[in-house]
Amino acid sequence: MLTVEKLSKNFTMHILGNKRIEACRDVSFTVPQGGFLGLSGPSGAGKSTVLKCIYRTYLPSSGQVWYDSATSGRVNLAYLPDREVIDIRTREMGYVSQFLKVIPRVSALDVVMEPILARNGVTRCEARRRAGELLERLRIPAHLLDAYPATFSGGEQQRVNIAHAVSWRPRLLLLDEPTASLDSDSVDIVLELLKELRQEGTTMIGIFHDTELMEMVTDSVVRIC
Amino acid sequence: MQPVIRVRGLSKRFGNGCDRCLSSTGPDQESNVCPHCGSVVACNDVSFDLYRNEALGIVGESGSGKSTLVRLLHFEWEASGGSVELHRSVAESVLGELFDADATYSRNLLGLSPFQKRQVRNSLMGIVYQNPFLGLRMQVSSGGNIAERLLGAGWRHIGAMRERSAELLERTEIPVERMDEPPKNFSGGMQQRVQIAKALSNNPLILFLDEVTTGLDLSVQARVLDLIRSIRSEFNLSLLVVSHDLGVINLLCQRTMVMKYGRVVEAGLTDQILQDPQHRYTQLLVASQL
Repeated sequence: MLTVEKLSKNFTMHILGNKRIEACRDVSFTVPQGGFLGLSGPSGAGKSTVLKCIYRTYLPSSGQVWYDSATSGRVNLAYLPDREVIDIRTREMGYVSQFLKVIPRVSALDVVMEPILARNGVTRCEARRRAGELLERLRIPAHLLDAYPATFSGGEQQRVNIAHAVSWRPRLLLLDEPTASLDSDSVDIVLELLKELRQEGTTMIGIFHDTELMEMVTDSVVRIC
Repeated sequence: MQPVIRVRGLSKRFGNGCDRCLSSTGPDQESNVCPHCGSVVACNDVSFDLYRNEALGIVGESGSGKSTLVRLLHFEWEASGGSVELHRSVAESVLGELFDADATYSRNLLGLSPFQKRQVRNSLMGIVYQNPFLGLRMQVSSGGNIAERLLGAGWRHIGAMRERSAELLERTEIPVERMDEPPKNFSGGMQQRVQIAKALSNNPLILFLDEVTTGLDLSVQARVLDLIRSIRSEFNLSLLVVSHDLGVINLLCQRTMVMKYGRVVEAGLTDQILQDPQHRYTQLLVASQL
């Protein structure tokens, strides 16, 4: 479903006198449909860089990112035109960042509801119901649903972040330390959600701080160094 | 899906020009004034596509050609070169004569007569300026401002126009009982919202937003941005958002172009431009953000 071939990413900092920083070099791996791949390696090894290159927040410096898309067949995400990347992000590819980044002045419920409404073709009422249910499962107190996530605690923010990313059931999900700021109960809930999502066919690539946990949820691990 | 508007090689030069203008101006020369003939290359060879229900951001410092670009597209200034074409699906019903048989895109809009340009503008475009004095008649009632635009788009029934004005002012959170007051009585934020109501009145396809939140205080800025976000999906609009504020661009736009000395130096997904800027100037811009 996703094959990364010899992916490298360098940053050239023009404002620091063209300083060149190598973030990752010659990374290759394959994830089969429905698989869950873990990326491991020391901090600074380029794990997040690889995820961002797949999502195209970073432009890969060299290498290929082959993705079997549901709507447009096999595409190379490394060189796909912007508009098509947007299409794939909208229809198939989700990303959970390390920290919640949402539009200010949008309530927690709306944050989670918006992707369902935009992508799954359901009514407002149904989207609201699904979003509410998901947030309840992730133990966001009911009285916080109409509050702004920017004011939430770190753990609550991360759970809203996960709800936002999984609510619309993407076909490919990229997870960058989704459980980093969660307590062990919340981690269990999140893992259960991810498990359900996999059963529905979502392919995942994840970075986890906790190696034990990573070995438990993923079915193969690639070490990046 | 095909773009609703296709812009190719759009250029604007002030002055007589010479054959060395283009090679001796631009980001590499750090100037847009030609040292040989003194002409100003305000905008050179700008090309992009704009799709339905999409917001394209244009960032750059003052003098980079952002507003020039909008003025060329809105036919306020005459372009020196390039082409602007509309997709048949969006423009045929209003301006069928622009399309040659079997052509998917219209003829170059820049070559139309002033009357035809006005028709295109009145029926398909809306614009909101940074300075409300440019977009509104300050002495005329807010309702009258909107009616003026509706008249241009072919409306004739006074009652219907009043009704439409009231509806739009309500949508932009202007108290309807104040629709007969002139905008000069309003606060800056309200004036901006009347401008938006006016720009939306003819159900435009493309909305140009030229630094709409610059100079507004933070809470007012937030409400204007919330309004823009909600109308984009509600009216299925294509937005061209000009701003020097990366926060505004990040909030509204999926794709962004970066301009410097009249040229597009970089274009890409907004998150990529902000997190992995390629061009020297974009890196400086992103690094300078508070």
